[in-house]
Amino acid sequence: MTEPILKVDNINVYYGSIHAIKGISFEVHSGEIVTLIGANGAGKSTTLNTISGLLHPTTGSIYFLGESVAKIQPHKIVVKGLAQVPEGRRIFAQMTVRENLEMGAYTQLNNNYFHDDLDKVYSLFPRLKERRKQIAGTLSGGEQQMLAMGRALMSRPKLLMLDEPSMGLAPILVEQIFSIIADVHKAGSTILLVEQNAQMALSVANRGYVMETGKIIATGTGEDLLSSPEIKKAYLGG
Amino acid sequence: MDLLRHFINGMSLGSIYAIIALGYTMVYGIAKMLNFAHGDVIMVGAYVCFYAVSRYKLPPFVGVALAVLLCTILGIIVERLAYKPLRQAPSLAVLITAIGVSYFLQNTALLLWSSNPKIFPSIIKRASIKLFGGQLSISHITILTIVTCVLIMIVLNLFVNKTRLGKAMRACSEDKGAALLMGINVNATISMTFAIGSGLAAIAGALLCSAYPTLMPTTGALPGIKAFTAAVFGGIGSISGALLGGLLLGVIEIFAKAYISSQLSDAVVFAVLIIVLLVKPAGLLGKMTQEKV
Repeated sequence: MTEPILKVDNINVYYGSIHAIKGISFEVHSGEIVTLIGANGAGKSTTLNTISGLLHPTTGSIYFLGESVAKIQPHKIVVKGLAQVPEGRRIFAQMTVRENLEMGAYTQLNNNYFHDDLDKVYSLFPRLKERRKQIAGTLSGGEQQMLAMGRALMSRPKLLMLDEPSMGLAPILVEQIFSIIADVHKAGSTILLVEQNAQMALSVANRGYVMETGKIIATGTGEDLLSSPEIKKAYLGG
Repeated sequence: MDLLRHFINGMSLGSIYAIIALGYTMVYGIAKMLNFAHGDVIMVGAYVCFYAVSRYKLPPFVGVALAVLLCTILGIIVERLAYKPLRQAPSLAVLITAIGVSYFLQNTALLLWSSNPKIFPSIIKRASIKLFGGQLSISHITILTIVTCVLIMIVLNLFVNKTRLGKAMRACSEDKGAALLMGINVNATISMTFAIGSGLAAIAGALLCSAYPTLMPTTGALPGIKAFTAAVFGGIGSISGALLGGLLLGVIEIFAKAYISSQLSDAVVFAVLIIVLLVKPAGLLGKMTQEKV
């Protein structure tokens, strides 16, 4: 097997005195969609924020493209090709749609790439092209999620991490967002997806990890986890 | 004719307030802190300019450039040493530190340059312009001040809205966490904001002391507070708010001095501020932020 794009090796993360992540390990390989599922408070977002460098593990290591990134500052990790779409979207509400996309491309200094990438994002999300001059705060929730994803794609990520993309969206929009995730994956992105909506996440993912109170308690392919009786009972409502 | 004269003088004083207010408002926008030492940077800038021009006989333009350079460096150093270690600290701790920095700068100035007032040489030495058959006389420094303010506003607006770094600055002021995830170096951006604000303060110092030539270690304190008021007046965090607030404050102050009482002028200025804040708590152009879910 080839070397994974992302390898998380036995990391422990503390929030002050709270032991939020208790020795978890997992990998993401090129071309995969991997999902981390689990209930609220299981430590999924903490895991993503640690990989992004917003938090640092007390012990354990994180390798991105074979390089240790556990102690690097967040803005330097983006340059290496890791993008996160944060929980709650966190778009720049007072800037225009296009300016948000420009901020996504902040690390990309080549102007020719910029216009190509902008066209790609606009063809993936035609709605964003229509609203490119609009102030981002005036977009609907679903459009804001598209903008957050488009913004992350502008940094030409080798790994795209999505934190709860379905959160707070109407069911019809959830379907749409997951079909977009599948499209982005088909277009060549490797994705690490964190979700509470286990059913949807496992149905698009190649592999999944189940988290509970800071630990990984189960792992398998999306199909295996979907059909496992225990997972069904705990996370899929029956 | 008096009315017009007072109005022009008010615009000129207001331009100085506006330039200082920009420093308050930009730093507040990005670091969410009130840098009460900002007024004293004006004073440092004015002293640098004074020594360059009076002692070393450099041309005024070079003196101002030198003041801008040194104040920019001063701003970066102050941010790095005093405020950066407190990035995660409660805002009260940062506020007290800023007041401490203010006293530190004033007392260092006292030590270096003594409390004896220096007579600041105007950066322009030309006779006033006479209009309407000599009924209206406007000094060159008045015109230069207004023109400088307009130029600074135009350049700053272009910077913030059109350049990559300026947009990154706006992104940081909205959401530092998200800005980090874009690969923006938030610390460097904050540092840059302090640098710009302090550089502008140096320009304001030279203009202020050209119009009101007494230079002392406490020279920056009152204009600093007034400019802070102007920033709040216009809506703190907003660049156009700083301009509007500064100009209004200057005009109100001069009119109050001319038509009410020169002793009461500051009271009038602050009374207007209180009324504005009662009606519009975010200031004239301030935005009440609302979160969308």
